[in-house]
Formats: sequence, structure tokens, C-alpha cells
Amino acid sequence: MRAGKPYPFGATITPNGVNFAVFSRYATEAWLVLYRKGAHKPYVEIPFYPEFRVGHVFAMQVFDIDIEDLEYGYRLNGPYNPREGHRFDRNKVLLDPYAKLISGRDVFCGPSEPHNPFPHRAQVLLDDYDWGDDQPPNIALEDLVIYEMHVRGFTRHPSSQVHYPPGTFAAVREKIPYLLELGVNCVELMPIFEFDEFEYDRINPLNGEQLVNYWGYSSLGFFAPKAGYAGTGRYGMQADEFKTLIKALHQNGIEVILDVAFNHTGEGNHKGNMISFRGLDNKTYYMLGPNGEYLNFSGTGNTLNCNNPVVRDMVLNCLRYWAAEYHVDGFRFDLATILGRGTNGMPLANPPLLEALAHDPVLANCKLIAEAWDAGGLYQVGTFPAYGRWAEWNGKYRDTIRRFLKGDGGQVWEAAERIQGSPDMYGERGTRASINFVTCHDGFTLMDLYSYDRKHNIANGEDNFDGHNDNHSWNCGVEGPTDDLEILALRRQMIKNAVAVLFLSQGVPMITMGDEVGHTKHGNNNTYCHDNELNWLDWTLAEKNADLYEFFKHMIAFRKAHPILRRRQHFTHRDEVGSGYPDISWHTTRPWVTDWSYHNRTLAVLMCGKHGAQSGVGRAAQDDYVYMAMNAHWDDHRFEIPPLPEGMSWFRFCDTSAHAPHDVCVPGDETVLAQQRFVTVAGRSIVILVGKPTPKSPRPRRRTLS
Amino acid sequence: MIWNVEEYNNITVLCLKGALNGESVTSIQDAVLNQIQEGKRVLLDLAAVPYLSSAAVRFLLSLYRTIRDRNGTMALAGLTDDVSDVLSMTGFLDLFHTYSDRGTALALM
Repeated sequence: MRAGKPYPFGATITPNGVNFAVFSRYATEAWLVLYRKGAHKPYVEIPFYPEFRVGHVFAMQVFDIDIEDLEYGYRLNGPYNPREGHRFDRNKVLLDPYAKLISGRDVFCGPSEPHNPFPHRAQVLLDDYDWGDDQPPNIALEDLVIYEMHVRGFTRHPSSQVHYPPGTFAAVREKIPYLLELGVNCVELMPIFEFDEFEYDRINPLNGEQLVNYWGYSSLGFFAPKAGYAGTGRYGMQADEFKTLIKALHQNGIEVILDVAFNHTGEGNHKGNMISFRGLDNKTYYMLGPNGEYLNFSGTGNTLNCNNPVVRDMVLNCLRYWAAEYHVDGFRFDLATILGRGTNGMPLANPPLLEALAHDPVLANCKLIAEAWDAGGLYQVGTFPAYGRWAEWNGKYRDTIRRFLKGDGGQVWEAAERIQGSPDMYGERGTRASINFVTCHDGFTLMDLYSYDRKHNIANGEDNFDGHNDNHSWNCGVEGPTDDLEILALRRQMIKNAVAVLFLSQGVPMITMGDEVGHTKHGNNNTYCHDNELNWLDWTLAEKNADLYEFFKHMIAFRKAHPILRRRQHFTHRDEVGSGYPDISWHTTRPWVTDWSYHNRTLAVLMCGKHGAQSGVGRAAQDDYVYMAMNAHWDDHRFEIPPLPEGMSWFRFCDTSAHAPHDVCVPGDETVLAQQRFVTVAGRSIVILVGKPTPKSPRPRRRTLS
Repeated sequence: MIWNVEEYNNITVLCLKGALNGESVTSIQDAVLNQIQEGKRVLLDLAAVPYLSSAAVRFLLSLYRTIRDRNGTMALAGLTDDVSDVLSMTGFLDLFHTYSDRGTALALM
């Protein structure tokens, strides 16, 4: 071995060897610790001699090692003075924060060694995947239909009947035809960075089972895919398997967005384990208070110090790595407002990390989506520093649409704002800033949203104190399971209402895995800790709830068929193409009359297809008219429909109050309304009409006299 | 790792036995590559290989490219379920022609 190169950080394969480089500003000594794969004791520890240190980087090249049989870590010495922010412990072997492969949790919830002093070990990655002619689909943001997916949950249920090991990247690949049939064109994967599923030591009070970190929001290393999500993880080939999945998704026109959690690490608070960052340079990597205490804006015990220049570079390098090496198409940032906090935790006016990400050349085509709030009370939905690039999970969309559809008073005006892309929030940013959703992994499933008034989280072992209380849900009359057919029918109708509004809203729709088949978590709205049926997609539901699946499918297809639903710019409420209609207009049960009063619960919207995506001033697009009548009131209402131009008629696409298969049809197969002036919309239901040319009726034959 | 070379009807059959990993690949790589002649059809009989590591997959890939560069063709035969799955899950199987066993391969190649 000899002195190494200080950059890039991590382990890099060089001719005949490996270059190791690790940052620590405050460490006084460091050692490279090498293990043979799986061995409890290292076979060698090599000190970083003084000449191996460049600035704050320890760097060494080691030659003639079998990288496949190698696991490595670092041992650092330095001050232990928590009040000053230092927690060095030379007795610990530490994980490389730039590790591209991490062993130790090779099989999800597989055998663990709780007393292993160095359980999470870095390995060197053979980074030579052959991507062939892979091209990112580069789908415009407004054309995306995002499907939020948990890799394990998608196929772990026995009913998935996959050939490859259930719950793996390879098994997801087997199910691509399902995604294609549904019509989604983007999967947003919940965290796939390596994490420790055995992070918790609590048990489920209902059955005594061990609770685990299932969602995976506590990263151990930001550069390594979770080995336990790969059927080949036990062979250290998780990177290849994940890349193969991404390549296959791209071949099928499906983009991949990663849900990334840079706000905290898996090391917890001062009582947590020392795994990596804490022992490498606690003061640099974490936000600390004046007495060295961990600031906790993430709600998990620590907060990554994202706007420290070294940490900022790590985050940027990490995202570049996933974009360049894994061909990832975008990122959703968990608790993203933390990325805009300074090193003291205060929100920054011009956060350098967010700006750097927005302008980074490697990430130029990547979607950047913020969860624009954090556990420290910073809520920036609508005001997140966007730099013309960032979109946001629109939490206000979720809450407003839930309240409106539930029948709460005083929601009509705000519901209209949300449906037209939230121009009140994203006036200058356009509709694409708004990721619209009614449900996500965090909170009730769509089925539970209309089956439960309250959360039922006892199984989480936190006495039902965890999870949101303000769910804007409604059980439709009975809390939880019932055999009351009317209630069951109403629940389905409410689900369809939410789906209809979601896919007819401007912005980018996101649905949650399982909602399309009526998945229930039995009222648990915070299932972060359950590796069981609460989170696993039950594939038999696709048959049991075929009507829901069909409804989703047709609504997605309808959205794709109508450019007017996918505008990039906000509506102007004017007629700029000479169609005789404004691009969007709001109505109540009477056309051209609006009523934003507290007690009104009816709302109708007309979108003129001549103002679709390809339109411009004086240039009309070729799309149909779309009219959606929403009745959130409990009584039936008769809506007077705005008249269409001569030669056009209204056709019914959807009526959520009708029983399947009459609730929705294949787009293009709509039936003409017998009565063109009025449509009755049943209580708590939605009707969607399409205005298109009147079909020519067959001419009566002329009689000829013989 | 044990390996040998046989010739059948102008097809070079490389028969490997034992776990194929970084260490065993290193021990045989040069010798195996030296066996590759211009324009040859090469069959790798892996029926007695219970396990392929990441480096072993790269070895197969490198072998495949060498044979292709020498205007030959390469196929695999006798993959165990485990080996087949590893190659398939990591996307490498798509690169190779495969046959269920050596006899089938020799008849069809």
C-alpha cells in the first residue's frame, strides 16, 4: 500500500488495487480495517500514516486484494467531548458513508447477529454494469402518473406468485405487466438505501411479534441499495439486480423516482448506535445544539447537517451517483425543508443545497420533488425554495380534497383551487409544481379513509399516540368492517370520487400501491414497523375488487387521452383561442353561476379542450370538452349542463354512483346523454361528461315509387 | 475449481466444476482465455457449478466478449436453478444463449 488519492471519497477500484478515502475534520488518527467476507475479526488494520493525510482526508491505496472477499471499515481516534460535539471512539469500526455496497442485512429480516460489533460493512462494487442502449423515458412532469411503491411490499405477499424471491427488485420486474395494464408511467420507490430493519426493540402488543423498520426511512449509507431487497443480495449483487429492474422499467416506458431521506441517519439520538457518521465526524455530519445535543427536526433523534459544505457535497455526489450510475429519473425528498435549514437549524433564505441541486448539470433532467415540511414545524408547501425546478407533494391538495369530498362545509372555493392546479400556491411555478395525491404511504389507505373515523395504531406499540389524528376521514356509518351493503357501496363510491377528482386535477397525480385494489391496513395509519399483511399487497384483491382496479385503469387512460387535463401552465379563465369558451369555468347546479358560500357542497368544472396542451393564443388544440359535476352533498342534485357548440353533444364517461361496470367506461366508448340539458348527480357522487361531435344518425332511406 | 476442455464437432466445450468466485476465476482466467481460438463455437458446461459470484459473472462476460472479438460464439449449458436465477435476476442471462444440458447444446449449436 501507499498514500492514496483524497478524492473521490469512498473505495475506488484502481489498477491492481483499491483507493480508500475518508473525510474527518477532527479525527487525530485513523486506520483502515479489512475483513474477509463474514469474518468476525479483521485480517489486517492498516494505519493511515501522516503522509496519507491530505487536508481533512485520510487516503490510502491498497494493492493485490480480492475485492470480492473483502469487507472494510474505518477506525478513528479523536476527542470524546459531547458538549463540544465530538464522540470519537477508537474501539468502534465504522461504516464508510460512501459505501456502494453494504453487507450485514443481506436478506430482509434474515438471521441477525445482535452482538456483532461491526454488523454493517462496506464492500467494493464492481461498477461495470452494461446498460446497453438504455434511455431514460424523459416523460414530461405533467404527463406522469406516479405509483408510490414499497419494493418489498409489492410482491412479498404469497399471493403475488412470483418466480423470483418475493419482495425483491427482481420480483418487481416480473410484475411490470401489471403496472403497464394499470397505466402508470412512473414508480416512486420508498427508500431503497441500505437500512437496518432491526433498528427497533419494541414488540407488537397485540401478538408479541418483533416490530421492524419496514418503511426504511433511516439510512445507514446513502450510496448503497438495500441488499435485502435483492434476491442476489446474499451474493453482493444487489446493484446489478436493481439496475436490471430500472433498465426493464425504462424499456417499458416507466420512470423511476427514489424516495430519499437525507434529513437524518439511522444512528438515532445520543442513545443510538454508533455506526458511521457519529464516529467519523459527529460535529460535521449532525446539527447540534449549543451543548452538543442533537437537534431533532426529523422526529427520529438526529438531523443531518445538510448545509455544511462537506455534507452538502455528499448529498450532491450521492444524487449524481444515482442519476448517473443507476439511471434514476428523479428524487422525492423526505422532510425536505430540513435541506433548507442552516447548520444551526434555522431556515435559510437561499439554501445553498437546494439551489445546487436545482442547477446541477448531472441532475438537469431529473425530477426533484419535495416533501415540503418537517417534524420541527417548518411547513413550506407552496413556498418551498424552488429555483424553477422543484415540485412539491401538495399536502394541501390532499387535505382539501378529503374535506370537500367528505362533505365538510366551506371547502368549495379551495377545492376549485386544488383541482385547477393550486394557482393560489404555485401561481408562477405552473401546475407541474403540484404533486397531487389523496393518500400516500403515510396515513390511511384509500379504503381505510372511508372505513375509519379514527386511527387504530395499537399494533405499533406506541399506545396509539403515533400517526396523524387529523385524517379528514369518514367511516360512512360504521367504524371498520361491516356487512352492511349500503355502507360498503358508499365506501366504494367515495373511493371512486377521490380517484375521479385526482385524475381530473391539473398537476401530477400520485397514487399509492394497493389503493387501486382496495388494500386495507385495518385503520392503522402509520404502518412503518410492520413486515406483514398490513403492508404487503394482497394480489387476490385485484379480483375481489376488480371494479376499483377497472375504475383506476379507466381514469388513468382518460387522463392520458385528454391533453386538457395535463396543462403545464395555469388556466387563464379567458378564451384565448376563439373557441367561445374560457379554458376553464366553474359552475354549480346552474351553469355559469358560482357559489363559494359555506353551505354549498356542489361544484362543477368545464374544461374546454380547445385550450389543451398544444394550444396558444389564437391556436386551438384538438381535444374534447370535459365537464365534471361534483356533488359532495348527501342529497341528489340536478345539474344543468353548460351547452356545447352546435354539432356537439355530451357523453357520459363516469358516474361514481352507478354500480360497476356502469360506473365508468373505456375512454372513447362514452354513451351519448339522452337528455343533454340536465344530469342528476346522486348524493356524494361525481359525474364526468365529455363533449364531442354529435354522432351522425343514419339517414332515413328515400322511398322510391315503382 | 476444476476445469477441462473437450472438442465435439468443432465445438470447444469448457467444463467447469465447483464454486465460481473471485478466487477461482483468478486461478483459471488466463488459462481459459488462452484456449479461445479464432472463429470457434464455445460451450460452457456449468452443470457442476453450484454457485456464481459477482466476479464470476464478470468472468463469463469477459469470456463472451473475447470469443465474440475472435469471431466465435458462446453458449451456456446445464445451469442449475440457482445459477440461472442469479444470472437472470441481475440481467446477465439475456446476454447468453443457454441450453438445458450439454447434449442438447451440442445437438443444436
